[in-house]
Amino acid sequence: MLLIRCPYCEEERPELEFRNAGEAHVVRSTNIAGESDDDFEKFFFIRSNPKGVIYERWRHIHGCARFFNAVRDTVTDKFVMTYKAGEPKPAKLPGASK
Amino acid sequence: MAKAAVKTKAAASPSVERRPALAGRVTSAPGVKVEILPPAERISLRAPEASLAALSKALGVTLPTKPKTSAAKSGRTALWLGPDEWLIVDEAGNDPLADCAKAPALHSAVGISHRNVAISVAGPAAAVTVNSGCPQDLSLEAFPVGAASRTILGKSEIVLLRTAADAFRVECWRSFSDYVFTLLSEAASDAAN
Repeated sequence: MLLIRCPYCEEERPELEFRNAGEAHVVRSTNIAGESDDDFEKFFFIRSNPKGVIYERWRHIHGCARFFNAVRDTVTDKFVMTYKAGEPKPAKLPGASK
Repeated sequence: MAKAAVKTKAAASPSVERRPALAGRVTSAPGVKVEILPPAERISLRAPEASLAALSKALGVTLPTKPKTSAAKSGRTALWLGPDEWLIVDEAGNDPLADCAKAPALHSAVGISHRNVAISVAGPAAAVTVNSGCPQDLSLEAFPVGAASRTILGKSEIVLLRTAADAFRVECWRSFSDYVFTLLSEAASDAAN
């Protein structure tokens, strides 16, 4: 079983307590009514779905119930790091030497 | 006036007997005993950091701010569930909802006394019994006495509180209580082997 670090509980907890909540850092337009159909489609439906590192929202639903962000590798399913909701995308990932 | 007094008295004595879910059910296995605990007063409390001092004073118990901890004083326990969420359990028969109402600070307190059913798991094999359905590390180093956490037991969400080195209090929702109790009972007989 995977252990996921919850930034609010400040410790690693079993994956059964968590729920995935889609891609992170998808910004909603401040003028959503004025969006063109194409832009709205991009915001609403189109996701990056990369092979490799992805930034996701996760929820510690059977714990503190908080949403947070996680960096995960979709190939190895390894969690690189987690950080609190609202915090900016980390500029440098731990262990990324290149 | 006299008539009104009689009326109030009649309303105060319930016409039906109150039967808490699963009341009196006990499973004893070698090394662990699983039993339904008597009803208690409970509230779900949500409050910002600025209100904590006033609420702690009103409740008579200091609300813990560290994850996975609890605080207890004279029959009342405050369990940290999230950064702004606590479960208050009062086993002394006092009403924490009324105490919270006295606090002038911003907060949301919801009475959930009847929503939850508490189950005691006690004995040398208590941790093994709970671990049969709960994936958390329940060793004394990771989950010491007084540690509390919302977590999962099988398919049901529970709130787990370690009351002693070999005793846990499992709080589950009333409609899940039969499932949770049966799971723990099965686990108790397995833990003995």
